[in-house]
Amino acid sequence: MAARCGGWARLCTLLALAALAGLGVEAKNSQDVRCKCICPPYKDRPGHIYNKNVSQKDCDCLHVVEPMPVAGPDVEAYCLRCECKYEERSSITIQVTIIIYLSILGLLLLYMVYLTLVEPILKRRLFGHSQLIQSDEDIGDHQPFANAHDVLARSRSRANVLNKVEYAQQRWKLQVQEQRKSVFDRHVVLS
Amino acid sequence: MVNAGDMNGSGNLMDFLDEPFPDVGTYEDFHTIDWLREKSRDTDRHRKITSKSKESIWEFIKSLLDAWSGWVVMLLIGLLAGTLAGVIDLAVDWMTDLKEGVCLPAFWYSHEQCCWTSNETTFEDRDKCPQWQKWSELLVSQSEGASAYILNYFLYIMWALCFAFLAVSLVRVFAPYACGSGIPEIKTILSGFIIRGYLGKWTLLIKTVTLVLVVSSGLSLGKEGPLVHVACCCGNFFSSLFSKYSKNEGKRREVLSAAAAAGVSVAFGAPIGGVLFSLEEVSYYFPLKTLWRSFFAALVAAFTLRSINPFGNSRLVLFYVEYHTPWYMAELFPFILLGVFGGLWGTLFIRCNIAWCRRRKTTRLGKYPVLEVIVITAITAIVAYPNPYTRRSTSELISELFNDCGALESSQLCDYINDPNMTRPVDDIPDRPAGPGVYTAMWQLALALVFKIVITIFTFGMKIPSGLFIPSMAVGAMAGRMVGIGVEQLAYHHHDWIIFRNWCRPGADCVTPGLYAMVGAAACLGGVTRMTVSLVVIMFELTGGLEYIVPLMAAAVTSKWVADAFGKEGIYEAHIHLNGYPFLDVKDEFTHRTLATDVMRPRRGEAPLSVLTQDSMTVEDVETLIKETDYNGFPVVVSKDSERLIGFAQRRELILAIKNARQRQDGVVSNSIVYFTEDPPELPPNSPHPLKLRRILNLSPFTVTDHTPMETVVDIFRKLGLRQCLVTRSGRLLGIITKKDVLRHMAQMANQDPESIMFN
Repeated sequence: MAARCGGWARLCTLLALAALAGLGVEAKNSQDVRCKCICPPYKDRPGHIYNKNVSQKDCDCLHVVEPMPVAGPDVEAYCLRCECKYEERSSITIQVTIIIYLSILGLLLLYMVYLTLVEPILKRRLFGHSQLIQSDEDIGDHQPFANAHDVLARSRSRANVLNKVEYAQQRWKLQVQEQRKSVFDRHVVLS
Repeated sequence: MVNAGDMNGSGNLMDFLDEPFPDVGTYEDFHTIDWLREKSRDTDRHRKITSKSKESIWEFIKSLLDAWSGWVVMLLIGLLAGTLAGVIDLAVDWMTDLKEGVCLPAFWYSHEQCCWTSNETTFEDRDKCPQWQKWSELLVSQSEGASAYILNYFLYIMWALCFAFLAVSLVRVFAPYACGSGIPEIKTILSGFIIRGYLGKWTLLIKTVTLVLVVSSGLSLGKEGPLVHVACCCGNFFSSLFSKYSKNEGKRREVLSAAAAAGVSVAFGAPIGGVLFSLEEVSYYFPLKTLWRSFFAALVAAFTLRSINPFGNSRLVLFYVEYHTPWYMAELFPFILLGVFGGLWGTLFIRCNIAWCRRRKTTRLGKYPVLEVIVITAITAIVAYPNPYTRRSTSELISELFNDCGALESSQLCDYINDPNMTRPVDDIPDRPAGPGVYTAMWQLALALVFKIVITIFTFGMKIPSGLFIPSMAVGAMAGRMVGIGVEQLAYHHHDWIIFRNWCRPGADCVTPGLYAMVGAAACLGGVTRMTVSLVVIMFELTGGLEYIVPLMAAAVTSKWVADAFGKEGIYEAHIHLNGYPFLDVKDEFTHRTLATDVMRPRRGEAPLSVLTQDSMTVEDVETLIKETDYNGFPVVVSKDSERLIGFAQRRELILAIKNARQRQDGVVSNSIVYFTEDPPELPPNSPHPLKLRRILNLSPFTVTDHTPMETVVDIFRKLGLRQCLVTRSGRLLGIITKKDVLRHMAQMANQDPESIMFN
């Protein structure tokens, strides 16, 4: 279940993000474009940055720099030093991306807390103390999914949808446990 | 009871009616694939489709779809890789700034985005605006002063620890394969090794999510290597949707090569560099068809990333520089010096990092991965905060170091003493003497350089996604900028020396320290990874300046020569050796004069070769043989006396075939004869039904004679991707050479530990 859940979550996320990529091209909030002119210090005037919401063809010193800090003949010399750039961004893209990312992170954290803390407590309460007799390799194994073997053996006997889902989840847990043994315990891969 | 006469002339028909053995043709975890078999299976499939396409319109359309499925997969990979890279960039941008403050009206904006619409930014302080508040302002309403500094410092460390702890917990609980860079394992996978789950969906999800967390936590690592892993996971995901790729491991690796190119392309904004990186560093076999498809995938990925537009100005990478100031021949000397520095640093880094990783692998240090990550993060955060060059993210640091100091820059690095009467336009500022800000920046950079060199050694290889392109480039950029400022000041103050007189008149803009930073970055990256062409192409795609190819090449070549003088392996090959993966490097040269007899098994004094006979073993004999030995395959000979070779049978397929036969075929018992010939052997009456296993027999195993030089044998293994090779003399089977034997022999010849090769 968890593997399929991961797969579906992946698919939904990438569909949302593909839509977002399309959105990113389309939506242009009026606040999302600007012309930014940076003017260095000139004679006794300090440097200044000017932002204005103009279109790309109007993005130059004369349209953006207001009020002009220097008088008539100096304007040209002042404007020669200024550098004006037209920039745009998509605030919707940023907002949607960050919110999607935070929700995925939050879901993962909740699932992690459930798997590491809540599930062992629930299982212990549901199946009583007799199930605490673990197999040899699980003694002292305080890692998540330590009881995957037992649940796998038990769930093979029943065959309805819920148990199929649980069976798939236990299979995924076994795989992760194997990976964890290779990487963290025996340091065989990815050391 | 079987009459031999029934089978005459109908051999092929009976084969066709035999049930196909399920799962034949898949490989076990941590084993090597058989490239020749995958290639021949793909040719069979293609021939079948082509012959069927003449039958009807529907079959023709199916054949067209099959031909186009490759391009569809590339398109999908490019889209997903570009999207994920855009998400990662935006999220990293935001979360890095979260350590320092928060944007009040809209919490999802980073510092720069928050102040985008504000009119309160000043020339000196480009990022100051009232909407963005540091944590000390938010919590205790103070923005200056000792208590504000300490509070900001403390919260910076807390956020960094929080991110790192979340990252390592997620990796540990959900996807342990998501740690590390990924490139050594992908190199091994592309050479034919199977690591199940390494390119899975959970690994993809966790790697993407935790990559953002670890880069934001301020650790000294980059995201380029992990982005290659992410892109290969996307490649694996999409190739599993099409049976052309999901059933054939060889074809799947073509898709993965192209996906790796797309990964580098979005990491650097360098599509061509990505393709060359995939060709040079990551892939094992790279046919021309893959070249064109990789380019397509890389372009689609780059275009997708650009349309998401993470940096607000249509640039793909944060440090795109646009200046075109020329460089001079005399500057080649400091560039070559930077190359030497890059080579030396590369050697130092590889040796220290491998020693540290080996210690992590063998001692008690490896038992506390979470604690290790937390300690390293704490050290990094504590030391990095006071120095403004390490406090910000490494990409921003590199961007600032690459930039030239025009009149519009106001950072400390550009605090030169300006001539107040100067009337030059913006781009052509001449060399100026350094102001106090530059001197401060120099020693701060020196401290940052030492810190980065030390901490990256301990950071790379921890149980979190970590890349090393950005830290290497940062080290090189810092060294290069310092050298550049040094040369610039030397040229300004001593412009009458012989070396400067010819090309540097007073009042001219001779030296561009930003270029030195670029060259330094290229040198250090080349020294660590030993990339050549792909490095130069990536660097000039990053900068957009074709003028700088010669300095970049000079530095890259020098750093590679210097680094190769100390050790032949780059960081990725060194990690492959550390892990003991069965990777037969195409760059290694085998120049010894040994023969095949010296390497083959069984050696003199060992037990004789375990073989199967053509038609004289029973099912029970075969099962006993399988149980008692752990070989991956068995040669099949005519009989124990004549030992003439018929073919080779894989262990996994024998097990599956026998299991299937016991379950499904009638009359197959332990005493049944197993035969590999077309027709069953002459059997006495009342003997049980014989078992035909010709389907699983490889009738064309590769053989060499015992006097074949090992040079040729290694070449054959490399070029054809063999797993094992049989050794014969006058047609009689003598022994077997496996890939593991070849690797062990090469290690022995190079005086390394042959027992470090762990996998088959």
